[in-house]
Amino acid sequence: MSEITRRRMVTMGLGAAAAGVAGLATASRLARRYGLIPPDGGTLYGAGETLTYAAQRLLTRHSLAREFPRSMISKAPFANAVAPPGENFKRHLAAGFADWRLTVDGMVSRPGSFSLADLKSLPAHSQITEVACEEGWSYIAEWIGTPLKNVLDAVGVLPQARYVVYFSIEPDWWESVDMADALHPQTFLTLGMNDGELPVKFGGPLRLRVSRQLAYKSVKYITRMTVTDSLKGFGKGLGSASPEAGYAWYAGI
Amino acid sequence: MIAFLALLVTGGEILISHPRFYWGETGNSGTAALFTLDIPASRGTVPTGYDYVMPDQNGWSRALHFEAAWVLVLTGLVYLAWGLGTAYFRKSLWPARGERSWGAVRAVLKKTLGRGRPDEEESRTYNVVQRVTYLLVIFGLFPLVIWTGLAMSPAFDSAVPAAVNWLGGRQTARTLHFFVSGFLVLFLVVHVTMIVRAGFWTRVKGMITGRVAPGEGV
Repeated sequence: MSEITRRRMVTMGLGAAAAGVAGLATASRLARRYGLIPPDGGTLYGAGETLTYAAQRLLTRHSLAREFPRSMISKAPFANAVAPPGENFKRHLAAGFADWRLTVDGMVSRPGSFSLADLKSLPAHSQITEVACEEGWSYIAEWIGTPLKNVLDAVGVLPQARYVVYFSIEPDWWESVDMADALHPQTFLTLGMNDGELPVKFGGPLRLRVSRQLAYKSVKYITRMTVTDSLKGFGKGLGSASPEAGYAWYAGI
Repeated sequence: MIAFLALLVTGGEILISHPRFYWGETGNSGTAALFTLDIPASRGTVPTGYDYVMPDQNGWSRALHFEAAWVLVLTGLVYLAWGLGTAYFRKSLWPARGERSWGAVRAVLKKTLGRGRPDEEESRTYNVVQRVTYLLVIFGLFPLVIWTGLAMSPAFDSAVPAAVNWLGGRQTARTLHFFVSGFLVLFLVVHVTMIVRAGFWTRVKGMITGRVAPGEGV
């Protein structure tokens, strides 16, 4: 090939880079307006996180996680190690989770508190989906519960709400999702697994299952939820405990 | 190049958190592995046969892996557009008419393996083995490594289930991603070796400016 074209390519590349930088400012303004910047978008690897989150929000706002036939349910589901249970959890375990409650507050018109029986009285659904851990392993199970949307509808989410923050009974274990995932039909308050109760090692009595993201978004032992329009006031303001430990807030990849 | 090295290092770090490979849709520490790498893991839950648990570098490695992937993909798209726009792939990479035979391949191999530095003519054009290899890397390995990588994204799979279903499942995608990356590393090692053999600085200058001064190519 001639040297001129290659030289021109380098020059054109530099020109494109300059145009890119100029375009970036505009893109950033637009992205902010349409909610395409993740709460950890300002961190060291924020550019990559933002591209990923923005692309997924444009591409996958309503798509459904793959569901599998019953025959593909894993015979050996793997429960990842969790820290030893705290005193609070042990008390609930000893009482058979009879007093377990989920409180929902924040930007809602009717803040509420739900017992496990209350949650079971909501329309139940099941999904056979794959749990994929960020480490690389995975398994398929049937998850039974009620879509989070039913609870959010019961408390009346205000129109300015943008995120749902959810907390485990165990300290420093909390996550959040945007409304696209919070209202997604496969985002479950999970009470059962494979036709039985949800075992403690898989998050029982109550786990939020976020089926289109890696398993670390599916926090175990949920007791509290807050609906909000900003994640600034939670922890270090990066959206959840994961970015504080170096992991992406958005785990749909 | 920087993005590729970043992907390689961080890919290795991610792999260390679970150095077991499976075939099909699912696989975990409770199931049989297709094969395992004989190294300690950075997570205590993985049965490796070692008492030692490696330092866990998964968090930043994942973030940098995906960021570098974006850089690589966006650069690759610019390169593709340029290559198609200037007919570079057709003119400079598609094997020349007289060279589409096993005889030509044998001749190149004999010449390359049997002798020291390439001659003047070789510094201006690619031979048939180079051309076929470059085409395979550009249109085979890179698309495959991106595809198998994307197939491991749960959100992407929800939008495009075929991306992972056609491969035969999530764990198959992960295992293929490992092998394709291996082939890319092999290409890089051979490529750099050949450049060093041909005179490192001359070639790097040539890559950037597109110019090889008379007599410099030898």
